[in-house]
Parts: sequence; structure tokens; C-alpha cells
Amino acid sequence: MQTVRDKCFAKCITKPGSSLSGSESSCISRCVERYIEATGIISRALFNAPR
Amino acid sequence: MDPSALNSPELERFLSEEKERAMVNEMVAKLTSACWDKCITSAPGSKLSSSESSCLSNCAHRYMDMSLIIMKRFQSMN
Repeated sequence: MQTVRDKCFAKCITKPGSSLSGSESSCISRCVERYIEATGIISRALFNAPR
Repeated sequence: MDPSALNSPELERFLSEEKERAMVNEMVAKLTSACWDKCITSAPGSKLSSSESSCLSNCAHRYMDMSLIIMKRFQSMN
């Protein structure tokens, strides 16, 4: 949780304004989705792929 | 609760399985974090690109290769 928050904050909020912009919020939701996808790839790589 | 249940073999097995699961989850989380930094360089899109996914998968595999090398090196110390 904490990690995803830090990663996506770094990626999406590059220049904090007075409120979250629309593009920032959509970046955040995409970022969280991609992080979950990445977690799946890593665990598959660790546990069921041979090479 | 029956106090003798506290050292039952079932409980012990359950606990060690849970510990293992926790370790695995922690490992996946750590690797995802490290490989994310190496592989996801652009702004997140609507799907991971194929080069990003293969980078992530390579990253996990190379981490395992590396662990093995380090383990072997330490084993040869004594």
C-alpha cells in the first residue's frame, strides 16, 4: 500500500498544484492498475516460469 | 480455548505455512518495487507495454540468478 502510494506519487504528481488535476487523478488510477499488473508478472516469474 | 490446542501439530503446521506465505508475499512486494523502478520509466499507460512486461519478468529471473550466485559464494567461505 505504502509502496504503491510512493511509486505513483513520484510518477504522477510531478509538480503539485493547488488541487489534484484531472490528468493527475487519471494517472494515479492507471498507475495503481499497472502496479497490480506488475505484481502479477513478478509473482508469475518467480513461481511458474522456468527460465 | 483448550490450552493443549496451543501446541498441536496442526497449529504448528498452520503457523509455518502462514509464515512462509508472508515471506513469499514480502519477497514479491520487494521485487515488484525494485523492478518497477528499473522497468517502468515512462508515465503509466492503459496497459504495460510488452517491453515493460518482459523487463519485469527478466528482472525477477535475474534477481533469482543473482541470489544463487551470492548464496554459492557465501557457502564457499568456510
